[in-house]
Amino acid sequence: MNLARKLACVVVLVVCALSLAANWLAPAGYTRQFREAPSAPPSRQHWLGTDEVGRDRFARLLYGTRISLLLAPAAALVSTVLAALVGGLAGYVGGIWLRLARGFTDLFLSLPWLFLLIAVRALLPLNVSPLVSVLITFLILGLLGWAASARVLSTSADALRNSDFVLQARASGLHGLRLFLVHVLPNLKPVLYAQFWISIPVFILSEANLGILGLGVTEPLPSWGSLLRELEGLISFREEPWRLVPLLLLVVVMTSFQLLLSNEEVTA
Amino acid sequence: MIGRRTFVRLLLACALLFLTLTSGMAFSQSGGELRFSLHSEPKTFDPFLVDDDSSLSIRYLTGGVLVRVNRHTQDLEPELAESWKVSNDGKQITFKLRRGITFSDGSPFSSEDVAFTMQRLMDPALHSSTGDAFRSGNGAVSTRIIAPDQISIAFPAAIAGLERLFDQVAIMSAHSPRKEMAVLGPFMVAEYKAGSSVLLRRNPNYWKKDSQGRRLPYLDSIRLDVQSNRDVEMLRFKRGELDLINVLDSDYFDRLAATSPQLTHDAGPSLDSDFMWFNQVASAPIPEYKRSWFRDANFRRAISQAINRDDLSRVVFNGHAQPAIGPVSPANKFWFNSRLKPEPYRPDTALQRLQADGFHLQNGTLFDKANNAVEFSIVTNAGSKPRERMAVMVQEDLGKLGIKVNVVTLDFPSLIERISQKFNYEAAMLGFRNVDLDPNGQMNIWLSSAENHAWNPQQKSPETAWEAEIDRLMRAQASTADPKKRKESFDRVQQIVAEQAPFIYLVNQNALSAVSSAVEGANPGILHPQTFWNAERLTLNSTTRASR
Repeated sequence: MNLARKLACVVVLVVCALSLAANWLAPAGYTRQFREAPSAPPSRQHWLGTDEVGRDRFARLLYGTRISLLLAPAAALVSTVLAALVGGLAGYVGGIWLRLARGFTDLFLSLPWLFLLIAVRALLPLNVSPLVSVLITFLILGLLGWAASARVLSTSADALRNSDFVLQARASGLHGLRLFLVHVLPNLKPVLYAQFWISIPVFILSEANLGILGLGVTEPLPSWGSLLRELEGLISFREEPWRLVPLLLLVVVMTSFQLLLSNEEVTA
Repeated sequence: MIGRRTFVRLLLACALLFLTLTSGMAFSQSGGELRFSLHSEPKTFDPFLVDDDSSLSIRYLTGGVLVRVNRHTQDLEPELAESWKVSNDGKQITFKLRRGITFSDGSPFSSEDVAFTMQRLMDPALHSSTGDAFRSGNGAVSTRIIAPDQISIAFPAAIAGLERLFDQVAIMSAHSPRKEMAVLGPFMVAEYKAGSSVLLRRNPNYWKKDSQGRRLPYLDSIRLDVQSNRDVEMLRFKRGELDLINVLDSDYFDRLAATSPQLTHDAGPSLDSDFMWFNQVASAPIPEYKRSWFRDANFRRAISQAINRDDLSRVVFNGHAQPAIGPVSPANKFWFNSRLKPEPYRPDTALQRLQADGFHLQNGTLFDKANNAVEFSIVTNAGSKPRERMAVMVQEDLGKLGIKVNVVTLDFPSLIERISQKFNYEAAMLGFRNVDLDPNGQMNIWLSSAENHAWNPQQKSPETAWEAEIDRLMRAQASTADPKKRKESFDRVQQIVAEQAPFIYLVNQNALSAVSSAVEGANPGILHPQTFWNAERLTLNSTTRASR
């Protein structure tokens, strides 16, 4: 493991640990409104100041990080499994199934997914708690975000199907699911890992996009998306530089996720 | 005795002085170019088809009207009509027109143009929303030209506040081949670059003169840049590229006021209001026990009392809003019922009200008498930060009563579909942008049969006694021309709305605007167009004039 990967690993772990320790580090909680001090600058009581309705920004950042960092990998897992099922199996089977799967994937990729997300989000029941809404949001992201990974996986699986060692395994009498599980899937692992790790920042940013549109995680639950939304209308960075902290954290964590990928995974 | 030489010198000096003064006058007539933004592309230049803010602004600047509501005093003032008279039955209005006025293309103005305007405005095929205000009953609107400067217009039924409606009617020429481009207002459309800008030039034939006999408007032109991004608009204003910002939100206002307080104008409460309401539609897909809460005036009043409006005004709008009282803002000087006061913040009284109805608190959660936890969602439109903040604060306030509120932001089309077609929502929070001072403009809200009767629209017959009473009072005020009787009826409507709380009014936002120090004569008000309602009398200072 090179130094950059080690550093990235430490950053991700520290950020995860801080977010999990939010209850102790930010006892004010993310909902309490200090209405006598809205939009306050950093102070001893509020390390990152307060938001427009007087909620402690530091507490919201920690809780928001917890939500984004816990649920984005879950969404990435859902989308990677779906991609493996559609792309991996189609690539392994080949023939008309591969062509059909690629056609379907291309069709899915051509959909304006942001509008699709907005439409699906609007169809959801209204009376759900913020926690359920956040789970639904990330589940939707996972269910809609598999197509690009499936395209990559189908190509890799197709290449593996025609490889010498798979041919040899076939000649030795291995077929069907066993051949897939024993020879194809282990060789698809680097691609699967790569797709998983790549998907995490994509989903965090997708939620942030929805949050910026006001359609992400519902109030009063914070997420990186809703925190980034506060940057709307910020004309000068010099005026309130502490408001940039969520953006910096997002950049640092995204960069760390990219550094966590091994060379093999990057090549895949 | 003055010598001949001295006399000649004096004469020359006088001539020089005269020349200097007249050249100065000519300079002051060259008023330069005023610049500000439109937030969207104007959809039309046809004054009868105006439905959007940008087109409304252009119509205001270019259209000549018979009478004009003074945006400052809210009084009706003569414009192209010297005088007018409404018949006792409120069905007819007779205008005496000014003489010697011409359109921007030189064609003369007469009663024929007014007749043509009314004929076109009332053409059902045109679907003019301006014309809709004049549709009082079955039958046609007829015009009778009494003289070139006198015309009578008759309507099939009485129209309350008839004369004020003509503030919106820009007179078109009956004979000019340029049609809507031939105007009687202070400016005329000179250039339009789609998606970019509209250039208005001074109408050389505009009829008004100032007290010193100088022809108005002072400005040479107005450039309206289409700019939807408010951040860019603010940056351009700060750089001096724009002279006005007609409507500012409180964040931008305070930011600008921090550095340049002399450029910001807070004209006080506007006519706009933000409010929330509960879904009372009988067929709505919501649980029956929730419908019974929402249909109970006591529940609605309790919710209203549990909301801290002072905090909403102070926190969300940085103090640039006032706790709302009812359907009419105090800014509406004549129609506001001054006996009404804002609902005070009394969470204890609210809880007592609810307890009287069988609600009870258990472990910090409020339950109704059938032991259903009190929980509902409030939908509002995504992208409106002040409204989202208000919803969050209402969520917190009601949480103190043990009520769980889920705030849901939806894109606007989805929201409208839910609240007006599927009725698949529990409570909603929206705003009402009122441009009309007269209560007739709110008929489509208060009549129980109306589509915009938001809490329970399109009722075949009023489902409650108080809605029947509102129907009766609204119809009564609309069927008489007597302002006193109308006021009495509408005061009672406001009283009923305060008692029944079908809409829970939250705040009236202040009219906030910004005017560059380059502009002279601006007097921002609360009515549209806030900053340029007296555009014909606006001037730019000499430095700005020279630089443009």
